[in-house]
Amino acid sequence: MISCKHVSKTFENNGQKNEVLKDISLEVAENEFVVILGPGQCGKTTLVNIMAGLDHETAGSVTVNGKQVDGPAPERGVVYQKTALFPWLTVEGNVGFGPKMAGLPKKERKEKAKHYIDLVGLSGFEKSYPIKLSGGMRQRVGIARAYCNNPSVLLMDEPFGHLDAQTRYLMQEEVERIWSQDKRTVVFITNNIEEALYLADRIILLSNCPTTVRNEFKIDLPRPRDYISPEFLKLREEISKHVETTE
Amino acid sequence: MKEKKLKYTLISTASVFCFLLIWYLIADVFKVFPSSTFPSPFKVATAFVRKLTVTTPDGGTLGKHLIASLKVVLLGYLLGIVIGVPLGILMGWYRRVDLIVKPLFDLIRPIPPVGWIPLMILWLGIGIQAKATVIFVSAVTPAIINAYTGIKQTNPVHIWVARTFGASNFETLLKVGIPSALPMIFAGLKVSLGASWMALVAAEMLASTEGLGYMIQMNRMVGKADNIMVGMITIGLVGALLTYILETLEKKLVKGGRNK
Repeated sequence: MISCKHVSKTFENNGQKNEVLKDISLEVAENEFVVILGPGQCGKTTLVNIMAGLDHETAGSVTVNGKQVDGPAPERGVVYQKTALFPWLTVEGNVGFGPKMAGLPKKERKEKAKHYIDLVGLSGFEKSYPIKLSGGMRQRVGIARAYCNNPSVLLMDEPFGHLDAQTRYLMQEEVERIWSQDKRTVVFITNNIEEALYLADRIILLSNCPTTVRNEFKIDLPRPRDYISPEFLKLREEISKHVETTE
Repeated sequence: MKEKKLKYTLISTASVFCFLLIWYLIADVFKVFPSSTFPSPFKVATAFVRKLTVTTPDGGTLGKHLIASLKVVLLGYLLGIVIGVPLGILMGWYRRVDLIVKPLFDLIRPIPPVGWIPLMILWLGIGIQAKATVIFVSAVTPAIINAYTGIKQTNPVHIWVARTFGASNFETLLKVGIPSALPMIFAGLKVSLGASWMALVAAEMLASTEGLGYMIQMNRMVGKADNIMVGMITIGLVGALLTYILETLEKKLVKGGRNK
């Protein structure tokens, strides 16, 4: 489904080379929920942008559905760190933006937007502007917007990093619910072990600069998961040991 | 909400009233300055009413001068924004346009619009074309700068969003660049409007046979301070009215409020 082979990325700044990603190889199967867990400020967004086609690797290759990624495409939906909603459009307008760009007629667009607004639990807010919404609600709109274009792949770049702890838990449960109802291939970036454990079929642990793949964990706990079950806590402790050694 | 609005109206009214009162006290009660050069608010109000029908000493009623000025201002201003805003947008979005236009623009921009007047008189005489051209020059600059800056400030993530949805570069400009620059563009339209009035009065003082600036200038020559003030107040009122119209339009067009 998604396949990164020996992906490296080096930024050059005034002749100084800064290696951000180093020889990253990973595979994501169809409808698999993969969480990329990594510390600090290193390369995670760059990796997502490369998969999205917004940035280009300096070495290696990325293929999605067997095709080389050479630019952004509607089949790969992205949910960004900060919500990045268009402030001049209503919830409906934001969610319907993708279908509009795809050239769908107005009526179909509206129906589609309505479906995904309902799915993320925002019925009744169709006509609201983003400025009137809370952080959690904005991220729901961001998810609905990514879903609405019917992508086969969803790339989520630390979507809950800016939310307060309470809302964050709630949104993790929501993402799990939405994904279970309407499965897609997901790559979800985070630096939060709990979040990773709650959501992932598989966790890919990255090291710090330059970023490489350090470890992989298959998570077989039944869904929806319980944050305080003994199995959950045990896995959490095990993974956190690995995370600490990367610092 | 309603209470707040009422409070606002009360304070604004009181502020204008106090201004008039102080003016009245200085002019009529304490007689600080001679009334021929510093007329009281009542004298100006009388002159205002009289000027609606009387054509002396400047050859026209207030209405005639106002219409002459409005014609020039609106012509120059509309031309300025119709050309300036799209040009600024294209410069902000397309690097090639920026490279071609920016150096010329940077050279011309520092020349004050009033500095164009002598050349315009030489080329176009003292008719409407010369004045409208000067006003065009004053209006076009802020329109370009603000549209340019607004487009340049487009959030890159917003551009990514459009691109991942398959929008072409031009579609991204239409659907993302322009809506996101709209508040800045409107700010530019307001600055342009102010600059247009300023240039108008200067142009009419130097080269005209009618208009509010001309009226002010004529009355200075015959020493009628009350008529000068009538001209100034009219300019103030009409300027405020035009700004109000722009702001109403802005409220209709700029949706959703902005903060990130």
